[in-house]
Amino acid sequence: MDIPLTIKETQEGLINKRFSAVELVDLYLARVNKYNKDLNVFLTVTEDAAYKKAKEIDKILGYKDTKILSDYPLLGVTVAYKDLFLTKGIRTTAGSNVLKDYIPTYSATVVNKLKKAGAIMLGKVNCDAWAQGSSGENSDFGPTQNPWKKGYVPGGTSSGSAASVAGNLSQIASGTDTGGSIRQPANFCGVVGIKPTYGAVSRYGVVAAVSSFDSIGCLTRTSYDSQAVFDVIKGSDGFDSNVRDFNYLKPKNKLTIGIPKEYFISGLDKEIEKSLQQSVNSLEKMGMKMKEISLKTTKYAVPAYYIINTAEYSSNLGRYDGIRYGESRKEFGQEARRRIILGSYVLSAGYYDAFYLKAQKVRSRIINEFNQAFEEVDVMIAPVSPFLPFKIGEKINDPLKMYLADVFTVAPSMAGIPGLSIPSGFSKSGLPMGFQLMGPRFSEYSLFSLGEMFEKATDYKPNVAKL
Amino acid sequence: MHKLSVKDVEHVARLAKLTLIPAEVRKFQKQLVKVLDYIGQLDKVNTANIKLTSQTTGLENVFRPDEAKPTGFSQNEALSGTDKTHNGYFVIDAVLNKET
Repeated sequence: MDIPLTIKETQEGLINKRFSAVELVDLYLARVNKYNKDLNVFLTVTEDAAYKKAKEIDKILGYKDTKILSDYPLLGVTVAYKDLFLTKGIRTTAGSNVLKDYIPTYSATVVNKLKKAGAIMLGKVNCDAWAQGSSGENSDFGPTQNPWKKGYVPGGTSSGSAASVAGNLSQIASGTDTGGSIRQPANFCGVVGIKPTYGAVSRYGVVAAVSSFDSIGCLTRTSYDSQAVFDVIKGSDGFDSNVRDFNYLKPKNKLTIGIPKEYFISGLDKEIEKSLQQSVNSLEKMGMKMKEISLKTTKYAVPAYYIINTAEYSSNLGRYDGIRYGESRKEFGQEARRRIILGSYVLSAGYYDAFYLKAQKVRSRIINEFNQAFEEVDVMIAPVSPFLPFKIGEKINDPLKMYLADVFTVAPSMAGIPGLSIPSGFSKSGLPMGFQLMGPRFSEYSLFSLGEMFEKATDYKPNVAKL
Repeated sequence: MHKLSVKDVEHVARLAKLTLIPAEVRKFQKQLVKVLDYIGQLDKVNTANIKLTSQTTGLENVFRPDEAKPTGFSQNEALSGTDKTHNGYFVIDAVLNKET
């Protein structure tokens, strides 16, 4: 039996008794056990929890009627959690040796919500330590391989999340995104990734990275599946005061789509540019109106971001003192040290105004520019990364080069707006390519709906790497 | 070139309770000067009369009733992350070590 690639196929199979949830878990775990050594995706495999949940689901399937999917919208969907999500009684490392033996006493809201919705946890997956990086290489547990091509990075920081979905080691994965950490690995691994509006999904129980940016989302194989997961994880829980049950914009069939010209810089890979042009052509054929727009502050997003990023990190990582849990600060890896030092420096007396305050003001200008642009267009289309997945080791010794990998994803993060990363094909060298759709705050359903229309129009088929 | 010195790196590392070996100090100083030079381009952005943004939700003063809920940890759970406990307390390094 082949593992079904979409949520709908999985649930149809379960309801029509073509396979049981236990059999499904057998298949996934067989793949995890076979391929994980090479790919380094899972840091912890939660076999017992997976079978326990699967048995529960098989029991429910035995007596529930047709209403089963409204009670359990993610029934039988296997999930891999980025190891930044706290899981009660199950080791949670944040990809760092500081938390190598940390066993949380509670679970993240997202974990609880997915569990309640019928999802089956397969385990905890690798990520850049503390969600710092753009390649997965900053994990203290070693880099994750790109399932499409060994020796290449899967992107970061949700490296294991993207690789688990691309390698068919899980149906969906959770991710976190501060400056591109869902959208870029989704792009590098040929899967769909949603970075929701800041404040749409509770951060409770997720290791804090850059608190004024941290967005919780997911990685799936289709826009439809992305929406199905978002439907479950969004909304307030009373533990994250940034989250409200906001009114989402209603999707439309005819949209004006902006193409920000500053995203087509000279460094943009030619194949990515060509692929994006083809996607634009497809959208036009679908009846969408394309419009060139200008976001002049785009080039200032990365420098401003790395001030705010390191400042908030230096503060958030201050809690790791090795007293109540975790190891001592000696265990921090190189990137964490670099960011703590830079962040403490830009916040220190005499530099605060020149750096932190300046960056916060630049942030306002970036936001104003997005707001103005969204008066003219409904959504925007842009590349996710200026280059294709790169070789492991290629950029790791030059932090600045690595920071520039985020050039197309940090500006929307600055504005707290949602972004959906969608696959659009492969390069000549066999590496995934794609694009991102961005919309105003709480336009998630416009993005999902446009993503779905695009997938239909281009005859997109969910795809997994041959391992 | 930004003027972040080796001394600055050592000073900030001490404030952040990080122990760096000399080779690390030199490496970080070199790398961070490059990053700070890059960041320096923000000087070109006109931010006169621009308000700062510290968050994007627009929410202010989010309150909830001040009620205790039975969702907290037990003492044992709270202590479960460390081996260094004493009579139900965390054991920490002495902060003061001299009588004055």
